[in-house]
Amino acid sequence: MRIATANETYLADEALLRTRTQWAWLGLFALVLVAAPFVLNNYWLYLACLVAINVASATGLNILTGYTGLVSLGQGAFMAVGAYTVAWLSQKTGMPFLVNILAGGLVAAFVGILVGIPSLRVKGLYLAIATIGASIILQFVFLNWSSVTGGARGLAVRPANFFGTSLTTYFQLYWAFVPITVLMVVGAANLFRTRIGRAFIAIRDRDISAEVLGIPLLRYKLMSFAVSSFYAGVAGGMWAYFFRAVGPESFTIVESIFFLAAIIVGGMGSILGGIVGATFMTLVPEILRFGVELASPYVSNAGALLSPIRTIAFGALIMLFLVFEPQGIAEIIQRVRRFFHLWPFKT
Amino acid sequence: MRAPMTPARLEIDGLSLSFGGLKAINDVSFDVKPGTITALIGPNGAGKTSMFNCISGFYKPQHGAIRFDGEDVTRTHPPLRAKMGFARTFQNIALFRGMTVLDNIKLGRHAHMKTNIFQALAYFGTAAREEMDLRAEVERDIIDFLEINHIRHMPVAALSYGLQKRVELARALAMRPRILLLDEPVAGMNREETEDMARFILDVKEEWGTTILMVEHDMGMVMDISDHVVVLNFGQVIARGLPGEVQQDPNVVAAYLGSGDPAALMKRLAAGTSGGAEAA
Ligand SMILES: Nc1ncnc2c1ncn2[C@@H]1O[C@H](COP(=O)(O)OP(=O)(O)OP(=O)(O)O)[C@@H](O)[C@H]1O
Ligand SMILES: [Mg+2]
Repeated sequence: MRIATANETYLADEALLRTRTQWAWLGLFALVLVAAPFVLNNYWLYLACLVAINVASATGLNILTGYTGLVSLGQGAFMAVGAYTVAWLSQKTGMPFLVNILAGGLVAAFVGILVGIPSLRVKGLYLAIATIGASIILQFVFLNWSSVTGGARGLAVRPANFFGTSLTTYFQLYWAFVPITVLMVVGAANLFRTRIGRAFIAIRDRDISAEVLGIPLLRYKLMSFAVSSFYAGVAGGMWAYFFRAVGPESFTIVESIFFLAAIIVGGMGSILGGIVGATFMTLVPEILRFGVELASPYVSNAGALLSPIRTIAFGALIMLFLVFEPQGIAEIIQRVRRFFHLWPFKT
Repeated sequence: MRAPMTPARLEIDGLSLSFGGLKAINDVSFDVKPGTITALIGPNGAGKTSMFNCISGFYKPQHGAIRFDGEDVTRTHPPLRAKMGFARTFQNIALFRGMTVLDNIKLGRHAHMKTNIFQALAYFGTAAREEMDLRAEVERDIIDFLEINHIRHMPVAALSYGLQKRVELARALAMRPRILLLDEPVAGMNREETEDMARFILDVKEEWGTTILMVEHDMGMVMDISDHVVVLNFGQVIARGLPGEVQQDPNVVAAYLGSGDPAALMKRLAAGTSGGAEAA
């Protein structure tokens, strides 16, 4: 009896959200997510879906790179595996959306395990290069295994079949993608409340003493690769349903760099960091474009002049973050939180 | 209360380890009897930490055997040894600095937990239950016991050196040790911290029934709490016996003199006779 009550106290102490303020923020955020599709126009809905896809993938990469310390430039290739799987299944079978997405994740997870094998021997930059090598091989497979991948032309994707309805509008896809991404983010947060997440962090911080604590390195590194590429595969599957076509040019090394940049800008080893990083990287170019459009009536020759400025501004923003906020946006949020915590009205 | 473990017996049999031409350990044999505290002492560079690294599986000795309750573990993979009941602390603290004290301690239990990846992602159900049981047990048997209640939520990096050493002991205890290897548990501690640590180590032996092998330079502490002392010099055993016997041994005195710091030695020996840890 006493143990039971003690356990309940500990449950509260180890909950994901502990304070009322945190619950209030979550409630507000949920409200925004639910209300958004009713207020956003089609263009912003398109962006919201893209954010959901990118958050799912960035969170996966954050598990591998941010929490386990295994630097990967293969996230784009793993997404491609998920996207191709979904495309193929949508053409060859009439299987529903959720089954295909899950299959995309599982196939990507399997490929991720294979790609992760060198991680027992190589680390850091060397591992990053090894994952690029794997991406090149996958790219070759996509291009040349024509009977399955459609070769250079790629594959068209039939609309998602969700319990009999086909999802074609951004409004419909939003309602399919956002819950999946929310589930995946919550799953990732849960992971780091258990032995598995602790083992990942231990490997990142000191892999040799992790072994003496009873953590088999290879098994956990491969597990991290599997989870991370499962996330990428699911994200890639959503991507396929979103753009309705997959080809060898859909996911290049640039996508992999995009996700690495997203977790660095957002905050490595922080769930919040993956979310804000991916959101930032997806939306900031659009916001800058918006700025450019506002300015264009006042600038002659605007199109030619402002579009490169936008690209440069985006690149410069990333560099500024690396220099001034190496811990990422998540760290800024923490600082703001601490500030308000010490606010005179709140003790 | 926690169920006491059956203490383990550790046998080192003809162990040799060399790095290139350097023989860090040269045909060393000794036993650590179940439920006792054995101290492994010797001048700097004698091979004590290397011996620990062989026992926990970091280093692969070229010759000899390590037996745990009679079972040969010389080639056993380190994570498996952890599961069998080997636990250790490190000479230069190997805590996870970014994690809280509590998470560091919980990490120690890893090998004995069962939550798989799917249960971890879902959390509610099996994972939550296992985590809460662990938390309750850690609070009751380790955090209270080692008197670290006030720091449980602090990141390790913010703690004093002495407290970090205590947290490392806590993590080792969370591993359900049947043999505990402590590499210089009181190095760099002041008198009071040393006495606390000595008391904790004795309590672990008595209440947990754990076999303990300890490397330590603080002779006062060694003389006070150990049941048996093994002295290494240049990778070889030069003396062994009860603390009092070893202290008088001319070989031991010579070895420490040879290490070039006789003044420090005399101080250590003096500390030994005047009784370092009162609590013992
Ligand atoms: N990984 C290694 N590579 C090469 N030489 C090593 C290695 N580890 C230890 N040695 C050498 O082995 C010898 C024994 O070192 P060890 O660390 O075991 O000594 P120790 O008794 O623990 O000393 P201290 O009291 O200073 O901690 C030393 O000469 C050391 O330089
Ligand atoms: Mg040493």
